[in-house]
Amino acid sequence: MSDTPTPTPNTNRAGLTRKDYGGHPSTLCSGCGHNSITNGIIAACYDLGLHPHQVVKLSGIGCSSKTPTYFMNRSHGFNTVHGRMPSIATGVELANHTLTNLGVSGDGDSASIGIGQFVHAIRRNTKLVYIIENNGTYGLTKGQFSATADHEALDHYKNVNKYQALDLCETAIICGASFVARSFSGDRKQMGELIKAAIAHGGCAIIDIISPCVTFNDHPESTKSYAYMKEHDFPLQELGFVPSFEEIQVDYNPGEARNVKLHDGSHLILKKLKEDYDPTSRLNALKTIDAAKQENHVLTGLVYYNQDIPSHAKLLSLPDKPLKDFTEKELRPTKEEFEAILKDLK
Amino acid sequence: MVETHKIINNFSVKIATANGTGSQSANNIFFKTLVRMGIPTSAKNLFPSNIQGLPTWFIVRASSKGYQTMRRESEILVLVNRGSLVQDLKEIKKGTVVLYDQGLLQVPEDVEGAIYYGIPFSKLARENYDKPRLRTILTNVTYVGALAAIFNLDKQTLTDVIKDTFSKKPKVVDANLKAIDLGYDFVKENLDKKDVYHYEHDTQTKDHVILEGNQATALGAIMGGCTVAAWYPITPASSMSETIEKYASRIRVDDKTGKRKLAIVQAEDEISAIGMAIGAGWAGARAMTGTSGPGISLMGEFIGLAYYTEIPVVIVNVQRVGPSTGLPTRTQQADIQLCAFASHGDTRHICLYPGTIEEAYELTAKSFDIAERFQTPVFVLTDLELGMNLWTSKPLKYIDTPFDRGKVLTAKDLDQMKDWGRYADKDGDGICYRTLPGTPHPLAAYFTRGTGHDEKANYTENNEDYRRILMRVKKKIDLSPSYLPKPIIEDEKGAKIGFISVGTTHYAVVEARDELKEKHNIKTKYLRVLSYPFHEESIRSFIESCDKVYVVEQNRDAQLAGMLKLDFEALALRLKTCAYSDGLPMRPGIIIDRVLGKPWEIN
Ligand SMILES: Cc1ncc(C[n+]2csc(CCOP(=O)(O)OP(=O)(O)O)c2C)c(N)n1
Ligand code: SF4
Ligand SMILES: [Mg+2]
Repeated sequence: MSDTPTPTPNTNRAGLTRKDYGGHPSTLCSGCGHNSITNGIIAACYDLGLHPHQVVKLSGIGCSSKTPTYFMNRSHGFNTVHGRMPSIATGVELANHTLTNLGVSGDGDSASIGIGQFVHAIRRNTKLVYIIENNGTYGLTKGQFSATADHEALDHYKNVNKYQALDLCETAIICGASFVARSFSGDRKQMGELIKAAIAHGGCAIIDIISPCVTFNDHPESTKSYAYMKEHDFPLQELGFVPSFEEIQVDYNPGEARNVKLHDGSHLILKKLKEDYDPTSRLNALKTIDAAKQENHVLTGLVYYNQDIPSHAKLLSLPDKPLKDFTEKELRPTKEEFEAILKDLK
Repeated sequence: MVETHKIINNFSVKIATANGTGSQSANNIFFKTLVRMGIPTSAKNLFPSNIQGLPTWFIVRASSKGYQTMRRESEILVLVNRGSLVQDLKEIKKGTVVLYDQGLLQVPEDVEGAIYYGIPFSKLARENYDKPRLRTILTNVTYVGALAAIFNLDKQTLTDVIKDTFSKKPKVVDANLKAIDLGYDFVKENLDKKDVYHYEHDTQTKDHVILEGNQATALGAIMGGCTVAAWYPITPASSMSETIEKYASRIRVDDKTGKRKLAIVQAEDEISAIGMAIGAGWAGARAMTGTSGPGISLMGEFIGLAYYTEIPVVIVNVQRVGPSTGLPTRTQQADIQLCAFASHGDTRHICLYPGTIEEAYELTAKSFDIAERFQTPVFVLTDLELGMNLWTSKPLKYIDTPFDRGKVLTAKDLDQMKDWGRYADKDGDGICYRTLPGTPHPLAAYFTRGTGHDEKANYTENNEDYRRILMRVKKKIDLSPSYLPKPIIEDEKGAKIGFISVGTTHYAVVEARDELKEKHNIKTKYLRVLSYPFHEESIRSFIESCDKVYVVEQNRDAQLAGMLKLDFEALALRLKTCAYSDGLPMRPGIIIDRVLGKPWEIN
């Protein structure tokens, strides 16, 4: 882009300040994990120098789904209905695939009422940064279990969860996802790098972020609390995002790090921690998550990545120009073509 | 028997076959031949919700007056299906002409005054084709050959139709022509004509096209500039979306790049389908979904969202019989109120009611303008009767009117403004300005939410804000009729009885009016609604000019009449219901009985 302004200490490459990415003040409980994710989104979009008008904020219903009001006022936003954000995102993509769809959902929104849309957006590889702010509970309706609550976990009212937990990362992998990550709202650095990578990915990027509900699910017995996560969070890698407009600075030895090249030319460097982890194997990912669960570890980081799955726009052979911009002349058959159609009806 | 008189071009042929046997192809050839001979003809397909083996009936009615309803009785029966024989034999009366598959079916030729032509269709096919599948398919074509010989179908026209139908498959043409000859020659060599029915050339439909309503709707969507279509398979709507895809492949694909100027997605369910259409409409595309009743029920929540947040979207409902799964392959008009008031809370939706092929095409094309002009869901209600039957129609007209893309602010427009409100009624017509995502301007963005919102699209729970916005949305919809298609009125001097109908009920009303006049000396006038909210003035004066107005519709609960009574409260006593539905299309007799005060057989 030739008209890219030179960044100054207070502006990014879009010539905007951090404030330009802000939203209305949050009305969520103070300390709610969702607020940290809101800040993470703002930071990531600022750092990437996204033009806010090229971003669309989408959500379903829930405390988590309220958050698009709290960031990026200069982007169009759509707070849709419960569990149906992915279909709206797909529609936006079909009308204009040049936009960045930033979707925010909750574990109730995505793992229960919206599980069908979650699964099928993944199958289609809809262009969507799909953040699930996962607190294991229905915050907005006052603390019922969600489908991601662990089996036999206790809720705010000391009820025991009878049912098995649904793991959205595992589900996503099984459904043919191209990008699957998990993070914790308390880990700003990791969350930020993952959101940036998800934006750079260009397909359906699932980020399941454990995001404690301080009001209904932060009690000592909770497995989605700050305290629990501080103890049980096991990052798979140390992440370093290098945007397309920057050079990779550090050289890593092949055994030390993996370099994931993303759709828009950015890179996500996965620096090995204790053990090497291969995020390109579905089976390995599922096995590793499962093994970790036996140890009560919550694995975070880039869980799975597949760059070979074509984008939805490509699958549908959409033109480069957004469909919304076509005129009657371009969309209607000519008179001759129309007559030919009628002739075939005789 | 010596022919005393001839009946020409005014009789029905009912063909009883089993579905999945290729009978459809043979029946269509028969129907097309009649249309090309210029004879006004209608074709009704009575089919089961099943893929193979169950009985289907195809009823081909020639009527020089152009009557289109499915008649209860047919003069000619073609029996080639063992499965429905017991039922079919009951229809034979004095004068009925019966063609049956001799050798396959035991038809006791015992009804006095009936005329029987036993023709060994299956045997002929067996002797001439060795592949079993081919035999079954061509048995059907053989009866078309026999029909041609007995009732004087033009052989050349028939040959041309077959050649055109299978133009890309010369072998299939040959096989079909041979099958025609088998039936034709057998009749000519072995049978004497004993009946009075004849087809003769006419000119009325010579230039007509033949298509299903769903095809017309699909073509309307293409001409209306639809670029995003999302759907979930359901009878009787599927073929509409499938045809959109077919036409898109023909005219929306760039030859060089293979890029397609239409995104069509088969969604995981109807909720997702409408979600995609709404998302696309919000982002600025002309978007639609097509479904039937069960799909509309599922879409309910989303429809309310689009209504309240003011997003254009077109929803085609090809109605079938409810409630629940109902009779999935039969016709009804029982979603009139469901669509007009879909979703919880106060809603009221713009609905269009095409009754003919041309209207299905034109109103669907227009629906995209309406949706974008009023920024709201627009329903196009057809039904199985229109959607899945073949109809003849005058050639559809090329549409070259520019799109009305409604009130959309561009970056340039925003440059001239200090401020704007997404839900501010700047023009006083209840329609506000919107911007599309991606508009490169710092003022462009706004936040769309299904929760309470004010003029600036900000969240609010304030009672006054809530009411003001909702009343303004009401005003917008209330003012829409001047933009919507007007009712079609057929006046009749001195008539004091009126009819109001909707959609495909039309055809029965036309015939009923003629019969009332000719046989009972009762003159009537007629208004057919094409849209909702109603055109207040024209409907009011129509009702006022009558002592009594029968509202004729195909449902149990008089849904259209109910809506009319609500809107024309002071005239409600003049409105009489004539609501009847059993899954078959409306018949003239039902209307006539109502007017004459005779009770219906099943009430
Ligand atoms: C169709 C429908 N059913 C139920 C609700 C009520 N409801 C609102 S939010 C919510 C659950 C939200 O849980 P989650 O997505 O986990 O969000 P959180 O509040 O925990 O962030 C429910 C059931 C609704 N809004 N719509
Ligand atoms: S109830 Fe829970 S999820 Fe909702 S805002 Fe409060 S802390 Fe957050
Ligand atoms: Mg939750």
